[in-house]
Amino acid sequence: MVRTEAVHKRFGRLEVLKGVTLDVPRGDVLCVLGPSGSGKTTLLRCINHLEKIDAGRIWVDGELVGYRQVGDRLHELREADVARTRAEIGMVFQRFNLFAHMTALENVIEAPIRVKRQTRAEAVARATAVLERVGLADKLHANPAQLSGGQQQRVAIARALAMEPKLMLFDEPTSALDPELVGEVLEVMRSLVADGMTMIVVTHEIGFAREAADSVAFVDAGVVVETGAPGVVLSNPRHERTRACLSKVL
Amino acid sequence: MGAGETDEAPAPPARPPEDIRAVALRRPGRWVAGALVVLLAAVLIESVVTNPRFHWPIVGEFLFSDRILRGLLLTLVLTAIAMVVGIVLGVLLAVMRLSSNPLVAGGSWLYIWFFRGTPVLVQLLFWSYIGTLYPEVSLGIPFGGPDLFSADGNALITPFAAAILGLGLNEGAYMAEIVRAGLLSVDEGQTEASHALGMTRLQSLRRIVLPQAMRVIIPPTGNETISMLKTSSLVSVIAVTELLYAAQLIYAVNYRVIPLLIVASIWYLLVTSILSIGQYYVERHFGRGSSRGLPPTPWQRLRRNLPIRHARVPMPGGSGLGR
Repeated sequence: MVRTEAVHKRFGRLEVLKGVTLDVPRGDVLCVLGPSGSGKTTLLRCINHLEKIDAGRIWVDGELVGYRQVGDRLHELREADVARTRAEIGMVFQRFNLFAHMTALENVIEAPIRVKRQTRAEAVARATAVLERVGLADKLHANPAQLSGGQQQRVAIARALAMEPKLMLFDEPTSALDPELVGEVLEVMRSLVADGMTMIVVTHEIGFAREAADSVAFVDAGVVVETGAPGVVLSNPRHERTRACLSKVL
Repeated sequence: MGAGETDEAPAPPARPPEDIRAVALRRPGRWVAGALVVLLAAVLIESVVTNPRFHWPIVGEFLFSDRILRGLLLTLVLTAIAMVVGIVLGVLLAVMRLSSNPLVAGGSWLYIWFFRGTPVLVQLLFWSYIGTLYPEVSLGIPFGGPDLFSADGNALITPFAAAILGLGLNEGAYMAEIVRAGLLSVDEGQTEASHALGMTRLQSLRRIVLPQAMRVIIPPTGNETISMLKTSSLVSVIAVTELLYAAQLIYAVNYRVIPLLIVASIWYLLVTSILSIGQYYVERHFGRGSSRGLPPTPWQRLRRNLPIRHARVPMPGGSGLGR
C-alpha cells in the first residue's frame, strides 16, 4: 500500500530524512518509533505530500505521490491531483487541528461535501454513523473548545474516516493528551486495526505498538535503524541505538 | 517545617465565616478630581448654551433641512460603497501579499506602499483631475491594438466616481493589512488539516481560514468604517455634495458658518455613535467560539451594578468552559 524508497528531505541545510526505505502492505499496521527530532513526523507528512521530498520516491497504492513519471522525468502534479491523492489518505495530527469554528458534526461533513461532492443529507448520515462509532453520538453539535482532548482527537479520527480513506496516518495521536484520556483514543485506533485498515502510526506508545502493529520501524537521525516484527524490535533489538532509546521510554 | 505529615488541617467551621464589614478607605483625591470634572463640564455647557453666537435656533432650523439630509444620505452611501470596495480589494491584496509568487506578492506590496504612502486628500484630487491625465479612456488591445470601447475621461470619472475611487482604493490598502493580520492569526494546523482532507487552497481559504480570521478582522474593520464616515467629508473638495459640502453650500449663501458646522457635527456624531454600538455587538457575535466567556454588555453591567444584588445576571455565551 505504501512504499518509500530512499526518501530524502532537507529543510534548508538540515537534512531530516536521509534515505528512508519502508514497505507497508495493504491491511498492515506500521508503528514508527524513535526519539523526538528523528524525522518520524516529517516522514509521515511526506507520504501525503504536506512536505515535498528532495530525493527518492513514495508510492501510495501503486501511485507516485506528488509527481507523475513521464519517461525518466518527473512532472509535478497539479494541485487538484495532489488534493485527490490526499482525499484518500486520512491524517490525524498530534494537536487534533479540528476546525475551531465548526461543531463536531460540521468538522466531519465538511470534506465529504466539498471534496467528495456528497449531498448534505448523505454526509450527515455518514458522519453521524462515524461519530457514533468513535463514541461521540451525544457530541454532534459540540464545539471543539467544549470537548476534552480525547474527545477532540476522536472527532479528528472520525473526520478522517468519513472520507473512507484507504490509508490512515497518525502523527503522535496521543502525545498531546492527558494520561487518563490516552486510552479512549487508542481504543478507537484498535478498532480500526481490527477492521483491517492500513495504518502508519508515529507514536511513543510502546504498548500499542507491541499489541497492534504488524511491524515496527525504529527511526533515528533520519534513517530507519531497525525494522521488523514488534516482538523482535521491541523485546530484542539488534542495534545499540534502538536499545538505548527503548530503555529510556520503557 | 515538617508540616503536612500530621493532621493539622483545621476542622471545617460549623457555619460559613461572616462577610467582612470593614470601614471603607477614604479616598479624598477621588472626590476632588470628580468635583473638578463636574465643574469644568458645567462651565463648558454654560458657555455653549448661553453664548448667542452659537445660534442654536439656526442649528435647529437646518438640522432636518432637505439639503442636509440629502447630504447625509450621500455620506452614508459613499461610506458604504467605499468600504465594500475597500474590503473586497483588501481581501484580494492580502491573499496576493501571502502568495508564493514573488511578482504577485510584490504587486500587492507596491499597491499598499503607494496608497498608504500618499494622503487620501491628494488621491481624491488626482482622481478628480484624471480627465486631464487621460482625456480619453479606451478599452482594447494594449500597445496599439484596436479599441473596443472608448469614452471621454471627464465624462467617465464623475465627481462621485472619483470619490468612490479615491476613498475605496485608499481603504483597500489599509484593509489589506488588516485582513493579512487576520489570515496570519489562524493556526497553520487548520490549513494543514484541510489540505490533508483533500481540500484545495481556495476551498481551505474560503471555508476554514477566512471564517476564523474574521474574529481578528472585524474589530479594526469597524474602526475603519467609522473612520471612513468622517474621512468621506474630504470629498467636499471635489464638489460632491455629501454632508459637509451640503453644509458648506448653505453657509456660503447665508454666512451662518458655525451653526451649519454644528449641524454637520451632530449628524456625524449621531451616525458614529450608532456605528459604534453596532460594532460592539458584531464583535461579540464573532467573538463566540473562543473559550473565554464574553464580557457583559453595558446594559447587563448596569443591571448587575444596581444596588439590589440578589439577581445575578448570568454570563452570556455559555457555560464558561475552560480548557
